[in-house]
Amino acid sequence: MAGTVSRMNKGESSFQARSATRDPFWMRATILTLGLGFFAIFLLLPLVVVFAEAFRKGFETYWAALVDPDAQSAIRLTLIAAAIAVPMNLVFGVSAAWAIAKYNFPGKAFLTTLIDLPFSVSPVIAGLIYVLVFGAQGWFGSWLSDHDIKVIFAVPGIVLATVFVTFPFVARELIPLMEAQGSDEEEAAIVLGASGWQTFWRVTLPNIKWGLLYGVILCNARAMGEFGAVSVVSGHIRGQTNTMPLHVEILYNEYQFAAAFAVASLLALLALVTIAVKSLVEGLASRTSTREGGR
Amino acid sequence: MSIRVEGITKHFGQFAALSDVTLDFDKGKLVALLGPSGCGKTTLLRIIAGLETADHGRVLFDEEDATERHVRERQVGFVFQHYALFRHMSVFENVAFGLRVKPRKERPGEAEIRRRVMKLLDLVQLAWVADRSPLQLSGGQRQRIALARALAVEPQVLLLDEPFGALDAKVRKELRSWLRQLHDELHVTSIFVTHDQEEALELADEVVLMNRGRIEQIGSPTEVYTAPASAFVYGFLGSSNQLFGEVKDGYLDTLGARVALPTRETVPQRAAAFVRPHDLHIERGEGHGVPATVRRILTLGALARIELSAVQDSRAFEVELPLRDLSALALTQGETVRLVPTAMRLFPIEEAASP
Repeated sequence: MAGTVSRMNKGESSFQARSATRDPFWMRATILTLGLGFFAIFLLLPLVVVFAEAFRKGFETYWAALVDPDAQSAIRLTLIAAAIAVPMNLVFGVSAAWAIAKYNFPGKAFLTTLIDLPFSVSPVIAGLIYVLVFGAQGWFGSWLSDHDIKVIFAVPGIVLATVFVTFPFVARELIPLMEAQGSDEEEAAIVLGASGWQTFWRVTLPNIKWGLLYGVILCNARAMGEFGAVSVVSGHIRGQTNTMPLHVEILYNEYQFAAAFAVASLLALLALVTIAVKSLVEGLASRTSTREGGR
Repeated sequence: MSIRVEGITKHFGQFAALSDVTLDFDKGKLVALLGPSGCGKTTLLRIIAGLETADHGRVLFDEEDATERHVRERQVGFVFQHYALFRHMSVFENVAFGLRVKPRKERPGEAEIRRRVMKLLDLVQLAWVADRSPLQLSGGQRQRIALARALAVEPQVLLLDEPFGALDAKVRKELRSWLRQLHDELHVTSIFVTHDQEEALELADEVVLMNRGRIEQIGSPTEVYTAPASAFVYGFLGSSNQLFGEVKDGYLDTLGARVALPTRETVPQRAAAFVRPHDLHIERGEGHGVPATVRRILTLGALARIELSAVQDSRAFEVELPLRDLSALALTQGETVRLVPTAMRLFPIEEAASP
């Protein structure tokens, strides 16, 4: 966040050096007030409220809410879901982006559109799809229950829903990057005698590493914060299939505001850390590229 | 290593990039594949490298079939138009790449790699940028590094795809003569693709002219320039004026005028005459020749270029003459003169470039 603001200031000063593009004072003032006001009311205030509410009844209550076994289990489940979904989407995302950016094949446009599906479909529907496919009354329901495998209202369902919802992040981040870079360097590597694997590790991966990291960070943030899809498949069994966002909702519905906000503050903290890491990565990436000549 | 391509055909969808191309590249020669964009020259180069596969036909290296050989095993050096240097590696690592990815038992030791890379960087006169990133180099330097990188694996063939295409005119000229010298030192069979006729004529031992996926002519630079085999070759190598008309009794009837044919060629009835700008004379008074109006007079160094348009249908003509002759002529803009060719080439009208 700080990075964005300081960059804006720098841009502004060079902008104003040219009198032709200088706007009248009232215009600048209005735009700034509008922008900052909107930011304060809709973004900053809610964040402050989360932390204020979380600590309203003191640190003891806050701590108690976090060490509560149900809360602990929710935190654990959220971490497990993210720990499975993020690496899976890392691999899927890189392969999908690689296929789309570097090869031509029939159905490429369709695949590109399909990758966006999780973004365009409501998360509730995403959850329902899995219930219809794997649920007790679903297509594979009887087969799954015969083999004593529980997907819906269990951890696998939550992981599946999370994978679905977070699928586009890595691929979306990489496709434009890889398309812009083309496959010249890969071709050069192969002509020089590198194997496919060597080409990937020595040429492709180093070129996409910042974009990849950025995609993974966003993917992780969404994986931990996902509510809709997970809510449908989870069944809300306390201590078993509750993730952090679901746990917050339950606490809130039970009027345990302080506890709800305490857990919520953890999620908010995660968001803040994500943003901080993200801007750090962006900073590092742009510094590396300026050092290398700004391309 | 000598290279032979045999009956190469390649389609991209409906588009025929190459149709039945057969060509021999002699060992140690520097050959130019010359043609307009889309003529299939780059595709042919990529097929030789193994980066593209032909629909039909064979590629032979030293008379051995290499069609099925993987790019990796073809031992070719490839220089890309946009360099394709590894942007995240230093110049040194770029050149060392081909050595580092060798299978363990063939891979030279660190000291040996260092020695060979530095030797190559010396060869391209860029040892002093070894630790820099390629992104800090100029276009010409990048292309020299790309060449050093390609040479690191000691290729049997060097393939260059529009190697100077992305450089400005001055650097291009310098690199051209430098590449020629390098080739004379190394004697690696080299093929380069270009659309720049000057580059091809200046640099190559042999020029292969290509158009629409076919070979138009093969020959030494002098041969293709002085004895173009087709209207296309004539039109492509240098600028030319074109006259279309009927041939009768040693005259060409064109644009409502008669032009005497300088040579007694046996030519078809309908023909296109190609005349180089310096073979077109400006004359006044009565006589044969195409009546034309002087539009613009440009002086460029020791030469003057006159742009004219035919009186009948304002077709554009270009005449080049020494500055001295221009002042003797004392041309004025808007004046009507006669254009008389002193040398020309006639081609049957069917194969002439579009009128």
